[in-house]
Amino acid sequence: MISKHRLVRAWSRTTPLVLATVLLAGPSAPAAAASEQKLLNASYDVSREFYKDLNASLIADWKAKNGTAIEIEQSHNGSSKQARAVIDGLEADVVTLNQVNDIGQLVKAGLVAPDWQKKFPYDASAYKSVTAFIVRKGNPKNIRDWQDLVRDDVKIALVNPKTGGNGRYTFLAAYGWALNEYGGDEAKAKEFVKKLYANVPVLDTGGRAATTTFAQRGIGDVLVTFEAEVYLVRQEFGADGYEVVVPSRTILADFPFAIIEPVVDKHGTRTLAEAYLRYIVSDEGQEIAAKNFYRPNSKAVAEKYAAQFAKVDLIDVQQLFGGWSKAQQTFFDDGGVFDQIYTLAK
Amino acid sequence: MTAARLLLTFVGLAWLALILLLPLLAIFAQALAKGWGAYIAAVTSSEALDAIRLTLLSALIAVPANLVFGLAAAWAITKFEFRGRTLLLALIDLPFSVSPVIGGLVFVLLYGAHGWLGPWLAAHDVQIIFAKPGIVLATIFVTLPFVVRELVPLMQVQTTAREEAAFSLGASGWQIFRHVTLPNVRWALLYGLILCTARAMGEFGAASVVAGSIRGRTVTLPLHVEIVFNEYDAVAAFACATLLTITALVTLVLKTVLDARERRTAHVELASGQLITAATPAGSRA
Repeated sequence: MISKHRLVRAWSRTTPLVLATVLLAGPSAPAAAASEQKLLNASYDVSREFYKDLNASLIADWKAKNGTAIEIEQSHNGSSKQARAVIDGLEADVVTLNQVNDIGQLVKAGLVAPDWQKKFPYDASAYKSVTAFIVRKGNPKNIRDWQDLVRDDVKIALVNPKTGGNGRYTFLAAYGWALNEYGGDEAKAKEFVKKLYANVPVLDTGGRAATTTFAQRGIGDVLVTFEAEVYLVRQEFGADGYEVVVPSRTILADFPFAIIEPVVDKHGTRTLAEAYLRYIVSDEGQEIAAKNFYRPNSKAVAEKYAAQFAKVDLIDVQQLFGGWSKAQQTFFDDGGVFDQIYTLAK
Repeated sequence: MTAARLLLTFVGLAWLALILLLPLLAIFAQALAKGWGAYIAAVTSSEALDAIRLTLLSALIAVPANLVFGLAAAWAITKFEFRGRTLLLALIDLPFSVSPVIGGLVFVLLYGAHGWLGPWLAAHDVQIIFAKPGIVLATIFVTLPFVVRELVPLMQVQTTAREEAAFSLGASGWQIFRHVTLPNVRWALLYGLILCTARAMGEFGAASVVAGSIRGRTVTLPLHVEIVFNEYDAVAAFACATLLTITALVTLVLKTVLDARERRTAHVELASGQLITAATPAGSRA
């Protein structure tokens, strides 16, 4: 028989455990959730620094104007991985990604309105950036433009276009430059990118991985990535260790955003979500973008920060490749141009 | 002979130093690279505390769940004969052999918005994937084999003689379990629970798939380490990594203590067990 005092002892032994569970769960339980509005922004990998600044600024602004507190949660991953997660049920109220294609996937899944680009200024684009080069101090290999990247003595760090939007921008920028250089000769342009990718010792999967390869592990003479990331590297790893080179012709990267319709309806956060996205394209938001080395969409802010951004000839994806989904098909789908030139290069 | 032995010892030690000792030192060196102030700030930042809280919470749910399931499964497998017994044993081992990433993806396939149970869950407003329940489920999945795997070999060696003796003296099933079976396996059970806890806190692969990495809400300690490392904050990443490392080291010490303890009790009890068996009348054993 189990005696009474034994039972009591067993209970007193489990009580601390129960208490601990309650205490652990306690502080994280959103007690104020009923009155406090909360927003989840699912964003791409390297936007953390920007949204840290922007969210803090909006929360203060909202409090001053409406007198209520709001909370903004962030989730960061590769742009395509985030689109996938939202399709699989990640309840993000808004997405802020780095590829129009990824929002296209969400439109197909019925989560984003087909006319999403018409709902906000600047075609629902947060800001822009261009693909640029970063080289080691003093530019020892004298890298000035795309043609220098195919020299035998140059090793390049960049992102795999199959896995990262950043890498797709790099590929199209190089290819577009070559097309222009060789008077539209596609065979010569393919030959050029083939030689370029033969100079890449490691194809990294994402923007941050390529940066680490170049800056932390010291692999390669040049890193090709977003201009914004290039400036960030200088801040993190020391401005005097690296130099930025903007090539004569490059590509404009777009950072589109959208509201996830069923989620804001479910959470009742449509007003807040719209205010949030409008804040990104307001002059305050655009100024924060410029401070994070993104090229602002707002003309006024762009003029104010003009000295920060080199003037550059831009490749028009629509005109040159017939738009993003066409470019994706031609170049990056299995068996596309990238697969052809990359297997040949190896 | 002695030269060869010396060389072997040296190679062995050098190998250990390279694979285990140096990385261990590197973690602590990196964590303290900017001094104690930066270390304390890193492990007490609100995001780190949220991650620690979530990691402890999922371990606090996963470990008791595995305690109950592990005991029940081991008891059934070793003390009873039934069809599908070996199949059950093989199934329990599945989380060991399958990559945790696959485990996570399968949960997305089942409980995600377009998963088999997704529409039903959505209709009842239950969020599993990209929320805490998903992380707890993933943790339970990867830690499933630990308790069972510790108990089964020991309980197989211990024959059912003592349970039969208790039964013949009129004990109920629960009493046999509580007073005979459980005390005999207590050290192995504790050992399994410790391994289970360590694994639960360190889980990365499956959690990374089902978490959705919402800061302060679904980020566990290992996920937090990766996030801050990607933000170029190596000191904070390694500071949080030391917490996991310390957990692992404590596990190691407890494991060693328990090992010794288990061997001693097993020895004593085996001797007394034989006495009991000998004293049991042959007629009551059927």
